[in-house]
Order: sequence, then C-alpha cells, then structure tokens
Amino acid sequence: MSRSSTRFDTKKVNSELVTLTYGSLVAQMVKDVENPDDVNKQLDRLGYNMGIRLVEDFLAKTGSGRCLDLKDTADKIQTAFRMYLGVQPNVANWSSAGDEFSFVIDSNPLTDLVELPEDLKSLRYCNIICGAIRGALEMVQLDIQSWIVQDQLKGDANTEIRVKFIRKLEDAIPAGEE
Amino acid sequence: MDDTLFEFIHSEIVNYVVDSNIRTKDEEEDLSNLEYIGFSVGYKIIERLTREMPRFKDELDTMKFICTDFWSAIYKKQMDNLRTNHQGVYVLQDNEFKFLTRMSNGKQYLDLAPRYVAFTCGVIRGSLANLGIHCLVTAEVQNMPACKFHIQVQRN
Repeated sequence: MSRSSTRFDTKKVNSELVTLTYGSLVAQMVKDVENPDDVNKQLDRLGYNMGIRLVEDFLAKTGSGRCLDLKDTADKIQTAFRMYLGVQPNVANWSSAGDEFSFVIDSNPLTDLVELPEDLKSLRYCNIICGAIRGALEMVQLDIQSWIVQDQLKGDANTEIRVKFIRKLEDAIPAGEE
Repeated sequence: MDDTLFEFIHSEIVNYVVDSNIRTKDEEEDLSNLEYIGFSVGYKIIERLTREMPRFKDELDTMKFICTDFWSAIYKKQMDNLRTNHQGVYVLQDNEFKFLTRMSNGKQYLDLAPRYVAFTCGVIRGSLANLGIHCLVTAEVQNMPACKFHIQVQRN
C-alpha cells in the first residue's frame, strides 16, 4: 500500500460526497413517499435534527458567545454556512421591523450536479437548510420560521432562504424548583 | 465542506430508513434501502475520483485502491488490513471505522451495528460495480469500532 493518501483534493471530495449522499437520500424519499409535499416535510425535519447537533459542533469549534441582536445571529449563521457548506451567503433583504432577513447564495453546493424533473417542481430540495437553521436556533432559545423564497433548481438566479424571528424561548423550570 | 456534515447526514439517513421500516411493520429490520443509497453514492463518487486515472492492473490492484486512496478520501483514514484467498474473496478491515467510533465500545450496542455499516457496504459495492467488478459485500462487527468488510466477487 504505497500510494500516498493525498492523491485527491479532499475539500472537493468532501463536498461531492455530501452532495451525492444527500441527492441519493432525496431520490430514495421521492420513491418512498411520492407526494412531494410530504418529502418537503421530511427534509425539513431531517434538517432540524441535524441543526440540533450542528449548533453544538459550531459553538465548540468557534467558541462564540451570546448574540446581541438578530443581526449578530445572522452573521453567525453566515459563518456556519461557510464552515459547513463552504459558501458565504449574503445577508440581505431585512424587513423594516428588523425581524426578518434572507440568506442569498449564488452557488449552492447542495444543488451541484442536481436537476429537478418536470413532475417534481413542487419539491423543495433545499428544505434541509431551512430545517437546520430552525433546529440550530431553537437550541439557543430562538424560535424562528425559515423557508425558501428563490430556488436555482427552479430557474431563479439565486437561492434565497428567508428567516423570520418569532419569539425568544424561555427556559422552562420544572415546577417546584427555582 | 466540513466533514461533520457527512457524518450527520449519514446518521439522519440511518434514522430515516429505520423509521420508515417501523411504519410498514416488517418482522426483521430491512436495511436494503440503506444499502442501496450507499450503492448509488459509491457508484457516482468513484466515477468522479478515477476519471483522470490509468486503468487498474487487476482486481487486487483495484482492491488496494479502495483500501488506500478511496478510503482516505471518504473516511479520512486507510484500511488497516486487506486479505484475500486469491479466488475472489477479499476481507478489508478497518480497526476504527468512522461511523462506529461515536458509539460505546464493546458489546453493549453490538446489535445496532448493522445499521451503521449497511450504507458503507453499499458504497463499496457501488464503487466496485462501476469499476466492472460485481460482488456481494457484507460487514462483520465483533468489537466496536472495528469492522471487517467481506467482498465476494461474482464471476460468470
């Protein structure tokens, strides 16, 4: 076994591996579930489960502290995008009340090598990202909603993911304990 | 892209397949979908990895590639051992298989191990299939996190 282990570009392989693995999973779900709306829900839930775990990994690796406001939160999620997906989305389209914003990604590695067939136009392929953001923020006491506004797989120029702040979650203290 | 993501997606795939089994109430746990997802990943990724490479000398040379370059590309380490009877049976041993290292060592969760190796059996089968070697791949876990992959080449 003399060959060196660095023959491949590890970054590229990692990225393709995730893209292909996710693609194969979605393909299997579409086969199992048939109704694209149910697949969307499943993908969101899967993302949520991943987000719950990713946030811990993120905090451990970056050592970042509390967010002061939603802008701060947006910046940190932006960092997480760069860490995990290797892309830097733009934070844009803030609502006037400052409780809603978007991540705009011009090249989404998750959809590299992907084409949606005509009959799956209602499939929200990147729903896993929305779920992951929701899961991760719930673990740091932020209740948010997240959905896809623009999708490159459907011919839009960018992928745009909207995030809306709902409320701060309070720690629930078990009855009788202070 | 970060490596953690692959690990997390893998465990979600395992959960998804295991949960969808419960819904259909099968007697024995059916992991064939998991294996199939792995198969299609292996089939596709090997094509991208070997595109610029010269043809392999023979079957053994291909297996060595799987143990070294391929394994390090995907699991970030090489296989620890490769054995063959020179008649189409290969045993690849990984003493610290990535998807088992997060679990408690020893025998306690041994009966859950098949869930965490099925995807990878598929990956091996898929990548070999694309290189023209058709085979059966099974995994054997006796002591976590070590895992032996048995490859039986089908000749006809």
